[in-house]
Amino acid sequence: MRKVTMWFLATIAVVVLLFSYRTSTGPDSAPSAGTVGGSSTPADRGPAGPARSGSTTVADGPVVQTKRGRVQVQAHISGGRITDITPLTVPNSNGRDREINKNAVPKLRAAALAAQSAEIDAVSGATVTSEGYTESLQAALDAAEFKAKP
Amino acid sequence: MTRRAFVEQIMGLPVSVHVRGPGADSPAAADAVAGAFAELRAMDAVFSLYRPDSQLSALNRGEPVHEPLVDEVLDLCERARQRTGGYFNAYLPEPGGGTRLDPSGLVKGWAVERAAGHLDGYEFYLNAGGDMTVSGSWRVGVEDPAQPDQLLTAVEVVDEAIATSGGAHRGAHIVNPHTGAPARGLRSVTVIGPALTWADVYATAAAAQGPQAVTWLATLPGYEALLVDDDGALLATPGWSLPA
Repeated sequence: MRKVTMWFLATIAVVVLLFSYRTSTGPDSAPSAGTVGGSSTPADRGPAGPARSGSTTVADGPVVQTKRGRVQVQAHISGGRITDITPLTVPNSNGRDREINKNAVPKLRAAALAAQSAEIDAVSGATVTSEGYTESLQAALDAAEFKAKP
Repeated sequence: MTRRAFVEQIMGLPVSVHVRGPGADSPAAADAVAGAFAELRAMDAVFSLYRPDSQLSALNRGEPVHEPLVDEVLDLCERARQRTGGYFNAYLPEPGGGTRLDPSGLVKGWAVERAAGHLDGYEFYLNAGGDMTVSGSWRVGVEDPAQPDQLLTAVEVVDEAIATSGGAHRGAHIVNPHTGAPARGLRSVTVIGPALTWADVYATAAAAQGPQAVTWLATLPGYEALLVDDDGALLATPGWSLPA
C-alpha cells in the first residue's frame, strides 16, 4: 500500500514538474491533455489503490526541486483514485512567483484529477456551437440519455 | 436512476436539458422541459439580433419600444457595465462611429435562468451552448479550448451555474469595449457561481480584459474562475476547487 501511494505521488511530482516548467517558460505551447493523461496512466490501472472502500489514505509526496523552487504536494487517495491534491510547499521567492503559484496550484490539482478519465454529466465550453454540436462531448452525453419525444 | 435528455436548437445554440430522479421519465417532466424551451424561444423573439421583428432590432433602428423585459435587461446591462469596470458593455462602438446595442452576452444567461424556473422541483441541468444552470449535483467537464474533444478538468457543480466564454470560436468574437478591438490574451474563461447571468457576464468581461482579469475575478464574492491564456497556461482564482 505504501508502495502504491508512492506511485501516485511520483506521478503527481511529474505533473508538478511539468507545470513548474511551464510557468517558468511562459510562451511554450501547452502540454496537451493527452500528455498529462499519459504521465498519469499508472493511476488508471485498475485495482492499484488502497482499494478499501470508505478509507482514505493521506500521504505527503516527496519534495521536488523545480526551476522555481521546492514543490511538495499532499494527496488524498480513496478507493484507488486520487480524490484531492493539496500543496504543502510551493516556491515563494518573489511577488511574481507568488502570483504564478496562486494560479498554478489549482492547475496541478485539476490536471492530476482530470487525468483519471472522469465520468462527467455535462460540458462547459466556449466552442459548443450549433455547427460543432454533433462532434461535441455534450452531444455524446445527450445521446446517451436521449429518448425520442412521445 | 432514471435520467432523460432533451435537446433543441434555440438562439442559434444547442440547448440540452438533462433531468434525473424519480419523476424524470414522467409526462410532467417532459412538459416542464417544453416550458423551459418555450421560455427560451420567447426571449429569443424579443432579444434576437438576427430577427428584424425582435424588439431589440427595433431598438437598434431607433424605434420606440415599450417592453418591460427590455427595460429589465437594459438595467442589468448597466449594472454589468459597472460591476466589470466597463469590460462588459452592451453598447459596442460601430466601425463607422456611433454605437450598437448588443446585450446578447447577458441575455443568454438571464434567459436560461428564467427557463430554469420552469424546472423547479426537478434535479436537472440546462446547458445552452456550454453555459448552464444546475439543480442538484452534476459533474461538469470544462472543455479545453485548444482541443474541444478534451477536458481541462471536471468540477462538481451543485445548485449553481457555470459559464465559459472565449474569443476563439466562430461567431462569438469578444470585443474589448474600451478599445473596440477583438479581445486578446485568453482562449477561454470559465466562471462558477450562484447565478448564470453573472457567471456569464463575468466570464465575458474577463475574456475581454485578458489574463490580468484573474485578479479582478478573485475579488468577486461567490464566484470562482479558471482561465486559459493564449499559450495554454491556466490561471485560477484561489477558491477554484475540485471535487472529491
